[in-house]
Amino acid sequence: MSRARLRVDWRAAIALLGRVLVALAVPLGIPLVLAFYYGSDPVPFLGAIAVTVAVGGLCTRVHDDPGGSLGHREGFLMVALTWFSVALVGTIPYLVAGMGTDSTLALPANALFESMSGFTTTGATVMGEISFEQHSRALLLWRQLTQWLGGMGIVVLAVAILPELSVGGAQLMDAEAPGPGIEKLTPRIAETARVLWLAYLGFTLLEAALLYGLHLAGFADGMTLYMSVAHALTTLPTGGFSPAARSIEAFSAAVQWVIIPFMVVAGTNFALIWHAVSGEPDHLFSDTEFKSYLAITGLVGLAIAGMLFTGSGLEPVGTTGASFDAGYVEALRGDVVGNVERIVRDGLFQAASIVTTTGYANVDFNAWSAPAQYFLLAAMFVGGSAGSTGGSVKIIRWLVVGKALKRELFGAVHPEAVSPVRLGGTVIDEDVVHSISSFTVLYIVCFFLGGALIALDAARVGLGYGHIELLSAVASTLGNVGPGFGSIGPMNNYLGFPDTSKLLMVFLMWVGRLEILPVFVLLTRAYWTE
Amino acid sequence: MRVLIVGAGEVGSSIAASLADGHEVIVVDTDADRVERLTYAVDVLAIEGDGTDLSTLQEADVDDADIVIASTDADEVNLAVCATVKTITDSFTIARVKRTHYLETWNNSRGAFGVDSMVCTDLLSAQAIVRVIGLPTARDVDPFAGGQIQMAEVEVPEGSPITNQTVREADRFEKLTFAAVFRDGDVTIARGDTVIRAGDKLVVIGTPNAVRAFAADVSPTQEDVEDVVVVGGSDVGRLLAELLERRGYRPRLIEQDPARARRLAETLPRTTVLEHDATDVSFLEREHVGEADAVVSALDSDERSLLVSLLAKRLGVDRTIAVVTEPAYVDLFETVGVDVAVNPREVTAEEITRFTRDQRAENVAILESDAAEVLEIEVDAESALVGRPISEVVPELSSGMVIGAIARGNEMITPRGDTVVQEGDHVVVFVHGDDIEEVTRTL
Repeated sequence: MSRARLRVDWRAAIALLGRVLVALAVPLGIPLVLAFYYGSDPVPFLGAIAVTVAVGGLCTRVHDDPGGSLGHREGFLMVALTWFSVALVGTIPYLVAGMGTDSTLALPANALFESMSGFTTTGATVMGEISFEQHSRALLLWRQLTQWLGGMGIVVLAVAILPELSVGGAQLMDAEAPGPGIEKLTPRIAETARVLWLAYLGFTLLEAALLYGLHLAGFADGMTLYMSVAHALTTLPTGGFSPAARSIEAFSAAVQWVIIPFMVVAGTNFALIWHAVSGEPDHLFSDTEFKSYLAITGLVGLAIAGMLFTGSGLEPVGTTGASFDAGYVEALRGDVVGNVERIVRDGLFQAASIVTTTGYANVDFNAWSAPAQYFLLAAMFVGGSAGSTGGSVKIIRWLVVGKALKRELFGAVHPEAVSPVRLGGTVIDEDVVHSISSFTVLYIVCFFLGGALIALDAARVGLGYGHIELLSAVASTLGNVGPGFGSIGPMNNYLGFPDTSKLLMVFLMWVGRLEILPVFVLLTRAYWTE
Repeated sequence: MRVLIVGAGEVGSSIAASLADGHEVIVVDTDADRVERLTYAVDVLAIEGDGTDLSTLQEADVDDADIVIASTDADEVNLAVCATVKTITDSFTIARVKRTHYLETWNNSRGAFGVDSMVCTDLLSAQAIVRVIGLPTARDVDPFAGGQIQMAEVEVPEGSPITNQTVREADRFEKLTFAAVFRDGDVTIARGDTVIRAGDKLVVIGTPNAVRAFAADVSPTQEDVEDVVVVGGSDVGRLLAELLERRGYRPRLIEQDPARARRLAETLPRTTVLEHDATDVSFLEREHVGEADAVVSALDSDERSLLVSLLAKRLGVDRTIAVVTEPAYVDLFETVGVDVAVNPREVTAEEITRFTRDQRAENVAILESDAAEVLEIEVDAESALVGRPISEVVPELSSGMVIGAIARGNEMITPRGDTVVQEGDHVVVFVHGDDIEEVTRTL
């Protein structure tokens, strides 16, 4: 067989990746400074900086003018490679810091899981013990920071600050951005990327300030400056990591109420937010996706609140390795039943957390009944809006799929009818309808295939997982949500899975964040040769 | 009056022909064949040249023209003609456009593009059809005095309760005047003792409410129109669907061409667009087109429009309305069973003609192919009507004229013998085709 000529300028993609890796030294400097400040070991970060600069520097040399030869194909390759490489570099602090201790992150598979979970803003953890005794503050902040970097998109950030990426920037952002297509807010793509990151940074700072303000005002025990920043860093990217072992349950009701709107903002299209803060707030409320997003989040929250109100939502399913004892449920029952503030807070917090794919928990929802848990499982497939930092399928896709289905039904009665799919008055192009439908199907296929593989793998090593555990594990990693149910509940971790399953989940998080196609397209022959 | 027409296409030549009798008409067109044909067919001066070219306009003595009508097939050319004319002279410019967004711009800023009056042929036709649809049994409906007054031509069907009544008996409405009766092609001014027969077409003038109430009297069994099917996605068809949507209807539109059907479906959110050949009977039956209250055929070809209208009638549709591009077919269509035939050129001519009536007629409706007109005239101090009761003035005026309604400010006055017309009133008069010149001169 004659070797077909490669049609992808992979050197350009590698060279651009090199630039991003070198630039990664800058955020790695933040935990380094903290390490000096708190007097902990700076070596994990120094090592990571050295590796990323060295490898990045080498990569940069393979092509002189990478920006100039950047097409669609190179864009896909560069984006997919970047996310994987950044996750690899991210493991270095975990591995080095874990050496010689009993940290679970000293194992490469675990470190990669944690790092990928961070950058893809999943929030699923394999950290055995989350505490400042076990891990340095610098390392735990690095864990938070990975989510913040991944949230608005590493490549978007690169387009915003690296001038050589401005030429093919639109293609890169298109391959990375959540949802179908990007909206250029300004004539220059780099400016658009900057605007998005600026809005993102602004809301992060605002949340940190509000949380710390609550602390200073005496309404938030334990929400120190460190904790405020750490949580702001994982709310806006819909990440979900927390340096507190019991996530947001560790903090006061006031903190939880403040975090809810920020999770909602994080799941909103940042282009819309930009319009809203630049003086056109009516943009926000005339947007069909935004209205549907609020409605879905609110309805899920109120449905759960209703179940909790009657107490019927508090009959936990018998699952293996649940992290609570009978006393927790009893105490919860005492606190929750009939307490309207509490049930509305729990319902809305968890609904916002899961719909936006943040993954915070203000209560161990393993203690909830099966219907409440299935509501959350279903919510894992919703995802935030297009152009938000949320993961999963995204509201706009479900809206389009729903309208396309409605059209099919109408077409069965009126075969000659021509009915374009409309969203908020604008017509959606047929090509887009098709690609959205195929994406949604592909997503469901990945979900079931991943579930089957993980179930097989668990059976191979003799682990018995419940259905909702397995399903939630796949839905949660593919959708970049974070926690699942049962032994992988919000206060538990993914340590129980065999390494092979963890690596599969790393793959799921990776393809889930990039919305499947940019990765899968690399696996086709046509991509490389035709 | 001297009228310069740029563009001798279908509309342009038909305007030229209708104005040639009473005015000096000059036509400019780029096409040598058209110019030659027009020179021999109509008594006008036809010049070959580009209407956007100053030298051509000067050759046509644009300085002396009272009115310039830009009526080529390209909207942009028409706008450019008007703008060019305005650079050298102050003639009244009229531009014909197809695209409604030019009209919207112009409505927002009168005088934009150097256009003094903008006429959108297809929109006028669509509006005429919407008015007819809204008033069952009416064959023609026209608004006057900013919509305060309406003129309707209503056909009396077989078995109508008002057959064999006299006009005096049938006129139970305070705000309505019976102007005339068309019977067997003849026009007669309605008198109190005129007996109404089935098949008569009555011209009534009054408030929209009174006209609607009268139409309901004529045909009490007629239900309100809800289900409208538009056949053909021509510009008229599209605008019609758009206007119907705006009035709260959910019309169906049948268009055969896939690309055009798709484009229509994208621009008309509340219309169900069906992509199929409307002459396919099994398709019409499957979609229950026979149960529609009204079917409007607006296909590009008159022949197919006729076929669709007749098929619809056969399937049981109450009213069929057809858009007919060839004026000569209008009568034919109505003879073979189409309820209303609307001719876009006639509609456009109505609009343009009002500017040639010494710029006095505010509004014109042409009835039964020029057999009669209904005019809206603003009364000035020199008018014969001013200052005397109508009963004294009328005997001095032509016998082929009826004063239908008077608009004074926001009030509509039904003319009676003792009514006194004041300066500034708008009177809506029905005039027999033979007396138009005399009436416009004296009023």
